[in-house]
Amino acid sequence: MFVVLYRKWFYAVSALLVIASVAAMAVWGLRYGIDFTGGSLIELEYANARPTVEVVQKQIGTTDIGAFSARESGDKGFIIRTKHLTQEQHDVVIAALAKDADGKVVGVEEKRFDSVGPLLGQEAARKAWVSIALVLLAIVAFITYAFRQVSEPVSSWKYGIIAIIALAHDVIIPAGAFAYLGQYYGYEVDTLFITALLVILGFSIHDTIVVFDRVRENLKHRSSGEQFEHIVGKSIGQTFVRSINTSMTVLISLIILYFVGSEATKHFVVALLVGITAGTYSSIFLGSPLLVTFEKMQEKKGR
Amino acid sequence: MRRMTKHRSIAVILLALSILGGYFIYSSEVKKGNYTFKLGLDLSGGTHLVYKADTSGLAAGDVQASMSSLRDVIERRVNLFGVSEPVVQVEESGVVGGGGHKLIVELPGITDVNKAIALIGKTPVLEFKLVNESALADIQTQVQALDANGKPIGGIQQSPVSSKGEPFADTGLTGRLLERAELEFDQRTGEPQVSVQFNREGSELFAKITKENVGKRIAIFLDGTIISSPVVREEIAGGKAQISGGNMTSKEAQSIVRDLNYGALPVPITLEGTQKIGASLGASALQASVQSGIWAFVFISLFLILWYRLPGLLASVSLAVYVVVMLLLFKAIPVVLTSAGLAGFILSVGMAVDANILIFERMKEEFKRGRDIHSGIFEGFSRAWFSIRDGNLSSLITAAILFWLSSTPLVKGFALILGIGVLVSMFTAITVSRTFLLAIAPKSHGKVSTFLFNNGFKN
Repeated sequence: MFVVLYRKWFYAVSALLVIASVAAMAVWGLRYGIDFTGGSLIELEYANARPTVEVVQKQIGTTDIGAFSARESGDKGFIIRTKHLTQEQHDVVIAALAKDADGKVVGVEEKRFDSVGPLLGQEAARKAWVSIALVLLAIVAFITYAFRQVSEPVSSWKYGIIAIIALAHDVIIPAGAFAYLGQYYGYEVDTLFITALLVILGFSIHDTIVVFDRVRENLKHRSSGEQFEHIVGKSIGQTFVRSINTSMTVLISLIILYFVGSEATKHFVVALLVGITAGTYSSIFLGSPLLVTFEKMQEKKGR
Repeated sequence: MRRMTKHRSIAVILLALSILGGYFIYSSEVKKGNYTFKLGLDLSGGTHLVYKADTSGLAAGDVQASMSSLRDVIERRVNLFGVSEPVVQVEESGVVGGGGHKLIVELPGITDVNKAIALIGKTPVLEFKLVNESALADIQTQVQALDANGKPIGGIQQSPVSSKGEPFADTGLTGRLLERAELEFDQRTGEPQVSVQFNREGSELFAKITKENVGKRIAIFLDGTIISSPVVREEIAGGKAQISGGNMTSKEAQSIVRDLNYGALPVPITLEGTQKIGASLGASALQASVQSGIWAFVFISLFLILWYRLPGLLASVSLAVYVVVMLLLFKAIPVVLTSAGLAGFILSVGMAVDANILIFERMKEEFKRGRDIHSGIFEGFSRAWFSIRDGNLSSLITAAILFWLSSTPLVKGFALILGIGVLVSMFTAITVSRTFLLAIAPKSHGKVSTFLFNNGFKN
């Protein structure tokens, strides 16, 4: 019940987080990965101690591949990002990097080379936007359909609208987190990040549906004179433990994936961690209380 | 009591099948037979190449056929490379991707990108051109008018151009219209020659060209150099032509035949994307994924048992059944496992539990209302069903959209595994858990059974 009672406080928390996230995106912007912008990425590992960043920068500077960035990775490695390289340019860069400051050849292994042409990048970016839009649309349509029998006192399409508000909240917060992490830790918005967002959408809607479903059921067995507000409060209470426990099991998986899992999916896991936490919050403290707010607004208009 | 016996026997059969399945998974990995897991490039190491096909020169109706013959040609070349289980596939971008066709080549275990690109990109071009004798003669005199150092005399342009037209005119007859090439030996001289057979379109064109140009010469170019330029004596129907000339050795003829057969790309392609993953990186990613999978399972089971007690233990057992079924499906379909796919699987282990949690919470409520254990179990399952169905449907929608729209194999694998996981988890979390629960559910409320079926930290 306290969730419905103090809903304005919970809205405030969400609003604050969303504003902070939007601000982070406005100030720092998102750092897009090469799969959207096009470009090349080389990850290498030196056999012995790695040269300093300055040496690496100087070595790449001897080639004429244009702007690039070099970042240390792991204990002996570097990750180098450049514009889209041809295979020949790539070979030149590798040859340059296999030399130390004095021009002596050192052992270096290329662990990864990703290269994405500008056309492919544009295509991936377009697909990312379309898939997010499609998932949102499909979910609203689905909720409107699934709750079609519930029209009193809040009509079913409003459940859909509320779901969208909750989902926007769940997507904006990890995006804001990535603006911050991108600025200070080099986190990139890439295809995997978009995938994470879509999973968050799916998961959060799953959570929200469970609460809505309970509201639907309780409305069916409503005793006369029972307030809508009270029904929503009761429904949240009944599903509270389940929501927390389900999120707990998923968070357990994610935390383990973060610490033990593959390096390639680490940033993906961080996005999921932030988003699923936000999603759990929104389905308990944002989505269902909003039903009450919508009903109150309706009542006011009716009078 | 008879119902219980039924549930017990089903439960025992389910358990036995799962153990058998688990043993099969284990032994097939140890034996390295036909049923090992298919690992994606990011786990096994290898090269992933994306080519953009330029279909602008083709008529709209020909695009599909040309793309599939492009795939066949590349497949043959890749097979020459001796890679085990290469993947060559054509992908249409569709409206969302902005149209266009892509060719995707995956070479597991190959990290020498240069060699791979050279092999795939090699395009022997076979062309038949009509010789314009006067223009040719004109140019030949120009070329002869070079001084001893090869510099043109008397202000002739660097590359000779004749005012009488192109010395070699395109006929439209190219390697694209070839059906096959064979090595033959001239019956009189015993010299090696290449015999080519055109397809229907090519045969018609060849007949038309020879009919209209009797007495003229046709020059045959391979990779831009003239191989021979025989004189047309009569119309050649049937679409068979011999290429012989110069001092072609039988070895040279053989390599021409091979290039022509495995050769001529029907559609020009350009390399748009490269992805190379070293074997060591792949192996460590695999190890990390497997380890996190095991730990996730252990911790989730612990959590379930601590919170839900006996039902929690049963949920862990059905979670184990879930894992076995999923792994068997990965082998049977087969699903190509990538690091993102494995992350999706591990995530789905967390999500698979959700249905059980919903059901157990519902059961607890029913017990509170004073139902006995048996009917509480039934009510819990039937009431939780609607939330499980709706929630899982929305996850399936997400998985389907992801699978349909994603352009990277990483994301496709993730979506596929998420989708299968949702479906399988509905079976294991509902049917399997219920069978186990009913198999051991006591008839009466004793102190012990109440404790075992309760949950949460307060009693």
